Amino acid sequence: MSARPQDLPAAAPAWKRLSRDAMAARVARDIHEGAYVNLGIGLPTLVANHLPQGREVILHSENGLLGMGPAPAPGQEDWDVINAGKQPVTLLPGGSWFHSADSFAMMRGGHLDICVLGAFQVSATGDLANWHTGAPEAIPAVGGAMDLAIGARQVYVMMEHVTKAGEPKVVAECSYPLTAVGCVDRLYTDLAVIDVTPAGLVAREWVEGLSFDELQRMTDAPLARG
Amino acid sequence: MIDKTVASLAEAVAGIQDGATVLVGGFGNAGMPHELVDALIAQGARDLTIVSNNAGNGDTGLAALIRERRVRKVVCSFPRQADSWHFDTAWREGRIELELVPQGNLAERLRAAGAGVGAFFTPTGFGTQLAEGKETRVIDGRGYVLEYPIRGDFALVRAHRGDRWGNLVYRKAARNFGPAMAMAAKVAIAQVDEIVPLGALDPEAIVTPGIFVKRVVLAATASTTATTATSEAA
Repeated sequence: MSARPQDLPAAAPAWKRLSRDAMAARVARDIHEGAYVNLGIGLPTLVANHLPQGREVILHSENGLLGMGPAPAPGQEDWDVINAGKQPVTLLPGGSWFHSADSFAMMRGGHLDICVLGAFQVSATGDLANWHTGAPEAIPAVGGAMDLAIGARQVYVMMEHVTKAGEPKVVAECSYPLTAVGCVDRLYTDLAVIDVTPAGLVAREWVEGLSFDELQRMTDAPLARG
Repeated sequence: MIDKTVASLAEAVAGIQDGATVLVGGFGNAGMPHELVDALIAQGARDLTIVSNNAGNGDTGLAALIRERRVRKVVCSFPRQADSWHFDTAWREGRIELELVPQGNLAERLRAAGAGVGAFFTPTGFGTQLAEGKETRVIDGRGYVLEYPIRGDFALVRAHRGDRWGNLVYRKAARNFGPAMAMAAKVAIAQVDEIVPLGALDPEAIVTPGIFVKRVVLAATASTTATTATSEAA
């Protein structure tokens, strides 16, 4: 069942959505020492800012970098050193360059431990829609999204729980064109952390003050408590 | 004596005929062979099929080729960007055909062409719009899509250094599609920042061995220019 604005309580809710940084910090907690990780364009790039000091994590960028470091100081940009969003980055000591076919072999071949992707919708069975709204006037662009979604060993999605209009983004079936079938392992929203399991969606945690029933009302697929 | 170096950019792009399939290296502007593409504009070939990761950024390089109406079809993974206005206009006006390919499939289809692989099954795209009409197979319980090689008549790539045998090394992440495209074309043309004497490139570090390269031309330029970051949400 869809939660529309009129279904939501009129009074100010007793809970607060996580900020984008708080979501990123929550994802970062689940990224283990030594992990090879690809952070998608947009919201997921924030995760890099929240990896704890001292935890060694190797970031992969689809355009041919392993060991990607933070943005350079202003004036120090090297435009041959960019990330998937084409913003200037740096390479850490121990980092490497490689060509595109090898870069995608790292994904498709199952060598990346984790990728974190943004999404328009995620279904109850872990289908992901994040590349195209399907609108006829929209120019489609897919980049590396489909390769990442099928390739990384763990696929984490980071997104708002509902759209700006209040429509659930966690749905029984995606209405937008799919990026990949059954690929999502874990969802981090601004309200909850949800696992995609063979038995369905399992809510592991949700923001303080929000009841499980309220979370369910904003989710268009059955949730179990876990 | 083998000498693949040519004296001018015009000589480098000589013979690219109307209707040719041209592979163009680069990820955005990193590795984009701007000077070769400018030379191709001046050379005049039309009705080109361009294979490249993006469909042009800003007003130079591939974007300028599209603006000049030389491109019939683009095969790429990510055409829509904040600064892809020339492609956007051409697409909206129905002047240009688009084959959208997931980036890893693009790279592997090029590699397959260079490696003589007839076709390959890949899990990327299985169950999506981009696999519609394609042959699929379930292997060990997983769905795969049959993808065919992408062969080029010509490839335009940007490398850092080259020698007269056509050996190439690239600069940092400007490498991207260069090596796979050089393999996949009948005639691979490399613009380099520096032509060095034979033996000057460390054999352990040569990325594209000269067997894949037909022409090398010096095009010393400033490092790649800035490109506007994409505004994609996903």
